[in-house]
Amino acid sequence: MGQYIPSTREEQQEMLAAIGAESVAAFFKDVPDSVLLKEPLNLPAGKSELEVRREVEAMSRQNKVFGTILRGAGAYQHYIPSIVKYISAKEEFVTAYTPYQAEMSQGILQSIFEYQTMICELTGMDASNASVYDGASAAAEAVAMCRDRKRTVALVSATTHPDVVATIRTYCYGAGYEMRMVPEKDGRTDAAALAEALTADVCCFYVQQPNFYGNFEDCTALGETVHQAGAKYIMGCNPMALAVMKTPAACGADIAVGEGQPLGMPLAYGGPYLGFMAATSAMTRKLPGRIVGETKDADGNRAYVLTLQAREQHIRREKASSNVCSNQALCALTAAVYMSTMGPEGVRQAAGQSMSKAHYFAQLLAEIPGVTVQNQGAWFHEFVTTLPVAAETVLNALAEQDILGGLPVKEGVLWCVTEVVSKEQLDKAAAVIREVCAACS
Amino acid sequence: MQLIFEKSKQGRGSMMLPACDVPEVILPEELQREKALRLPELSETEISRHYTALAKRAHGVNDGFYPLGSCTMKYNPRIDEEMAALPGFAGIHPLQPAETTAGCRQVLDTAKQYLCEATGMDDITFQPAAGAHGEFTGLLLMKAYHEARGDFNRKKIIIPDAAHGTNPASAVMAGFTVITIPSNEHGCVDLDALRANVGEDTAGLMLTNPNTVGIFDPNILEITDMIHKAGGLNYYDGANFNAIMGVVRPGDMGFDVVHLNLHKTFATPHGGGGPGSGPVACKAILAPYLPASAIQSGQDGTEGKLQLKAFYGNFLVVLRAMTYMLTLGAEGIRSACEGAVLNANYMMKGMQDVYPVAYAGDHCMHEFVLDLEHLKKETGVSALDVAKSLIDNGIHPPTMYFPLIVHEALMFEPTETESRETLDEAIEIMHQLYQMAREDSEQMHHAPHHAQIKRPDEVLAARQPVLRYQWEQA
Repeated sequence: MGQYIPSTREEQQEMLAAIGAESVAAFFKDVPDSVLLKEPLNLPAGKSELEVRREVEAMSRQNKVFGTILRGAGAYQHYIPSIVKYISAKEEFVTAYTPYQAEMSQGILQSIFEYQTMICELTGMDASNASVYDGASAAAEAVAMCRDRKRTVALVSATTHPDVVATIRTYCYGAGYEMRMVPEKDGRTDAAALAEALTADVCCFYVQQPNFYGNFEDCTALGETVHQAGAKYIMGCNPMALAVMKTPAACGADIAVGEGQPLGMPLAYGGPYLGFMAATSAMTRKLPGRIVGETKDADGNRAYVLTLQAREQHIRREKASSNVCSNQALCALTAAVYMSTMGPEGVRQAAGQSMSKAHYFAQLLAEIPGVTVQNQGAWFHEFVTTLPVAAETVLNALAEQDILGGLPVKEGVLWCVTEVVSKEQLDKAAAVIREVCAACS
Repeated sequence: MQLIFEKSKQGRGSMMLPACDVPEVILPEELQREKALRLPELSETEISRHYTALAKRAHGVNDGFYPLGSCTMKYNPRIDEEMAALPGFAGIHPLQPAETTAGCRQVLDTAKQYLCEATGMDDITFQPAAGAHGEFTGLLLMKAYHEARGDFNRKKIIIPDAAHGTNPASAVMAGFTVITIPSNEHGCVDLDALRANVGEDTAGLMLTNPNTVGIFDPNILEITDMIHKAGGLNYYDGANFNAIMGVVRPGDMGFDVVHLNLHKTFATPHGGGGPGSGPVACKAILAPYLPASAIQSGQDGTEGKLQLKAFYGNFLVVLRAMTYMLTLGAEGIRSACEGAVLNANYMMKGMQDVYPVAYAGDHCMHEFVLDLEHLKKETGVSALDVAKSLIDNGIHPPTMYFPLIVHEALMFEPTETESRETLDEAIEIMHQLYQMAREDSEQMHHAPHHAQIKRPDEVLAARQPVLRYQWEQA
């Protein structure tokens, strides 16, 4: 009868007979006749697997896969060990639903418990949930955790990724509270402006570490300012940077969130990625979404279950603090396998090499007449340069050499270098830029 | 089974990266990580075996029958997975120049063409990452629409009591007040209750049709018309879209906006809880409010369009769904729906002699709800006991205790990708359990007996939360 339907036409007739129905039309008799479709949908006919393969492969060839990627801005190309893809493709993991039935889902529950532990280790926080959609929605959910009747204003640093800002703004618009921006000064949050903005109605402050321009913020000092005003402190962190930088827990964060994509997920035109969320024990019961906990079974053996479900929409309905139901479980598994495979030393190396190579590349660019590196102080693997010529000219020249250059932003171009780019590739990219700048000036 | 941390041995691991080929740069001390990072240290063999062991302690559609109601656990075609892994998609940066991403846009355009046609809508966004995320998005479109018309008093969303829990939760997130209306004796919308609650403050209605007891509301046109006449909008919860696709379209039934669960209806895998994809399709009147990506539009995010997450959504999930739709085509989409409804009716009929069906008519749509209240009264065996006994028989239990309007509910959704033999076997097992409930109810109170664990202590888990592994020397 159709693709992926086991029953033959004869079997279907027998089943109809067993039910006592003449045809399947009998099941749709409650549908008003005026809206029942009389014609097939205006869509192409079904195709064989081989035809579909050809068509989709042809689409993929309409895209350009760059040999060298020097662009980040929220999506980062890191090395993904082979085993990560194989384990996250295991059909038992791929084709399971949310582990509602603990007795037949211990493997999935344990994998989430292990993931939660790794996120706690990365961030230094007390508890993690099983993930949300991505870093931007994690940030918006974190803001929602902080709001109460008296405190209805969320502060966000202007050094935050624009998509994160827009997502927080959207969630605020929904529930009817206000987002205010804290301006930047020389590529970092303006600390004096933050202190001024922290009025009695502010529920929280969100800062990104490292920030959109790649700069490390003075997160400890920012956190102290926020807490003095009685507001909550949220840090949005790059998980790769967490391998080397001061943890949000040590900076005094109440909630740590971030985009987990660097931990083993491909660029994939923006998704699926992974929103991680971790909190202090004081705020654990405000975390949205699934959380796995350890318990004992009737025989006294260690077991894992979905827990603290009294927070969730299926119990609380309109009183729930969040509507999160599906999350990014398979992406969380991917991140856990990535972290296990790389190990503490491997993740540290990937972070350290990304930072080192980005600084090497920045130095090469700084040597080109007319190019200025804007970043001052400590920064991670992204930086902004001004160029003596139009950004487009430089980016086109790089594209001709199979290199995806940095992202044009209003301050110049935002570059990113990760551990997968070799010194040779960086030297080549710098040479192309030098040549374009020389030719045009 | 041991946790991966308990298997870890200091110094074990694999070399994944070459030595650094540029001078090393390190952070100033005040910015450095204050304590060593504890992650597992294992050889690749051990990691492989650890996760293989975990996989053996999981149950997916590929392991056996999974009639989890409202979740549409159909088979996830392998070709979809293979297409999603193509380097020409997986290796594309979301902020590449437009001229280098024509293939990705072709995927989204094709998916849009299929889904708008199947729903009877004019436009779509793929940004929402899951069904609940789509609900929130759709409600925000409704809010933005009313406000753009200067209509700030429409604060109420009407939701039937049989709705998914996400509906009221999403409505509150979008700033609405929820008006819950009771179901009538057929499990459908009580028209009088609806009429009594519709007014100038009505922002809209959220409806699942067929609803969560598997019944298509015969008054659907009257319902949507009543909302429109009052100036409200109609939201279609697409969680049950598998029951109607190719047969009737939300857009033709008077709905203005709909979310779809690609991870249900369009065969993309659930992944143990995600990633899903919850695109929102709408009529042209709502299209101006559809979300966008600020960074892609060159904005700083402080003003402009709505945005639900970074970039454009769970692209690779949309790609899988598109591959599925190309395979099915117009007839295949209808066949999938008809097959799902046929299987559900066959299964319902097969069990109805011993298990009463909630709000029973002579047929159901893609799913149905058994009401075990009488069994519990007679034997003490609850819906939970029956569900747990199914585990011993290799069948994933149906959805339990939902919808809330049925007290001992077991909600079955077999989907079209199950064979008659599978359904017959499940029907037979359900009969055996019915017998067992009468003969050995004690056995069922402690089921499952042959699973990975016995029943877990959920109260202990919630009262004394242990949410992470603790090392011995913390």
